[in-house]
Amino acid sequence: MNHLPLIIKREYLTKVRNKSFVVMTILSPLIMIGLILLVTYLSQLNNNKVKTVAILDESGVIKELFEDTETTKYHRFDNVTLENAKQISKEKEYYGLLHIDEHSNLENISKHVNFYSEDSPSLTLISDLEFKLGEELTNLKMIEEDIDLQKIEASKISVNINQENFSGEKTSKIDSMTKIAFGVATGYLLFMFIIIYGNMIMRSVIEEKTSRIVEIIISSVKPVQLMLGKIIGTSLAGVTQFVIWIVLGSILMVVLPLVLGIDLSQMQTPQQQVLQQAVESQGSGDLLQSIFFAVRSLPLLNLVIAFVLFFLSGYLLYSSLYAAIGAAVDNETDTQQFMLPIIMPLILAVYVGGFTVIEDPHGTVSTIFSFIPLTSPVVMLMRIPFGVPIWQQVLSLMILIGTFMFTVWFAAKIYRVGILMYGKKTSYKELIKWIKY
Amino acid sequence: MIRIINQITMPDTGQVLLDGQALQPHHIKDIGYLPEERGLYKSMKVGEQALYLAQLKGMQKTEAKKRLLEWFERLDIGDWWNKKIQELSKGMAQKIQFVVTVLHEPKLLIFDEPFSGFDPINANIIKDEILRLKNEGATVIFSTHRMESVEELCDHIALLHKSNKILDGNLMAIKKQYKTNTYEVGINAENHGVVERALAERFSTTAADFRTIGNELKLNVKLSEKDTANDLLSYLTTQGQVSHFVELIPSVNDIFIEAVKNN
Repeated sequence: MNHLPLIIKREYLTKVRNKSFVVMTILSPLIMIGLILLVTYLSQLNNNKVKTVAILDESGVIKELFEDTETTKYHRFDNVTLENAKQISKEKEYYGLLHIDEHSNLENISKHVNFYSEDSPSLTLISDLEFKLGEELTNLKMIEEDIDLQKIEASKISVNINQENFSGEKTSKIDSMTKIAFGVATGYLLFMFIIIYGNMIMRSVIEEKTSRIVEIIISSVKPVQLMLGKIIGTSLAGVTQFVIWIVLGSILMVVLPLVLGIDLSQMQTPQQQVLQQAVESQGSGDLLQSIFFAVRSLPLLNLVIAFVLFFLSGYLLYSSLYAAIGAAVDNETDTQQFMLPIIMPLILAVYVGGFTVIEDPHGTVSTIFSFIPLTSPVVMLMRIPFGVPIWQQVLSLMILIGTFMFTVWFAAKIYRVGILMYGKKTSYKELIKWIKY
Repeated sequence: MIRIINQITMPDTGQVLLDGQALQPHHIKDIGYLPEERGLYKSMKVGEQALYLAQLKGMQKTEAKKRLLEWFERLDIGDWWNKKIQELSKGMAQKIQFVVTVLHEPKLLIFDEPFSGFDPINANIIKDEILRLKNEGATVIFSTHRMESVEELCDHIALLHKSNKILDGNLMAIKKQYKTNTYEVGINAENHGVVERALAERFSTTAADFRTIGNELKLNVKLSEKDTANDLLSYLTTQGQVSHFVELIPSVNDIFIEAVKNN
């Protein structure tokens, strides 16, 4: 008798109807989006405050160097002593006072620049001041040494290498970056998915034992079917939740900023800046357009199919490991120590992906790791954008699914032997007998 | 052993035959099993859960639902359908469990300590249901430590001691085998001492203790092989007014203790 659909249905419905599941499904995106908006809002709040920096230049070399910006205003003192300047700055609650001491030559001036302030000044401001002063003083020094500034400017040459593969397709930094971004994104997605839903599967495997229904169930269902049913049912619930999160999240992401009037583009991550620079150095204009072309140059069909297959089977494999842990223990508190060994290969995979694949997508290390079942979902997905022969993908997938089936079967064995054999010792002989049964 | 029959565990040696066939996975639908270690999914609703478990036993959903409603009606628990197990008391959950066990009308029913956790009223209801199922033709394997249930319910018994079977057979036959031909008698006589001595000469007697309303002489009288109950009774009538005359039939409890001691 095949009870698999029945078990899957029950697992799915129980999970989905669970109150905490429903609450988390709705609440999580709200919290996430709220957090993002809050961070953006706070960083804007911070930037909006205008700082006033007072400048007392006793050397007289700095003339028009500092111009007011949106966030920083400069106030020049003339003909006051340092003590007075400090006093005034303090009274007027200036952010700080930049003092350039009087010295005859430029080297000495550069060594006697001080900044006084109430609190320790922000790093960005100081480095900005240092950069500007340094540049100005360098220029002045060059003029002093009779070096023609215009000639130096004119003799600067920048190089931008055009990349092209042997079959004539143009590639670019954007291309590589898109590929890497794709690989890393899938890696982390899988990572998150496993951490969030792996535990759920484990708990659902323990459920029968804690509610003591296990004997009744096992006397009517084979443990393999039970395991498989639980893994698939819970995974489906997980996918449902994830899809709802994504849909709800995207909607909120669009609607909320409009309602609250927060500009998300203000928030620039370091990655975005790197991309921006890459585009600028290439001189090919629009960032979005470049990414668009880069994405189009990826083996899209292959990628989508491979993504679905590898993601699913990778997820299933890790779930079955969690299920095996659930089968081996009696209650949830015993599971903690087993967590690390499961997460380790995943972390390894992400690192191998991050360092090796990007450096050499078809090297020995990358190739081997893209066949080892525990790392292959992440590593293979990272390799595919760089072009991997179909037979390798298929082989890797077969290994993955094979391992999954084996783990489920093994988990079922552990389940039956571990739970129902109290009194009977689980010797190897016993295990072999069970495996044959 | 129960687990082996339910195909949870494998036998070390030997094999199980059901209706003359070696036990196979499809036999699951012919067996109803109420384990000693039992529970239900706590967060599932009663009706849903019962349907699910019935379907796992190979029943069709509509059929299962029809029979479930009948059972719920009979046990007067119809309004529990939409309650969650965690809202029910232990005894209530046990009732559900019982229904689930017998719902698919199995040929073989296995009950492991079925009355634990029940109050006397519900234990009686369940007992009657078990007897009804027995009369309808189901074979019931009943495992328990409570000898009074054995007395009330069982036709055949098997006694296991340290995983060896030390006794089995028809309950009545076993009782006959264990009875010692002893009678409990009460007699009103003018002189207790005289009667007692006279009886002790003909039979072997010991003092007995049972409750009566009068103040008669109470004795356990063991007959030798030649004597019959009638011999004793007619002798007693010559000695005084007989108020009490019962053959001592060993209870299952006594048999149990005796058998284990002798082993």
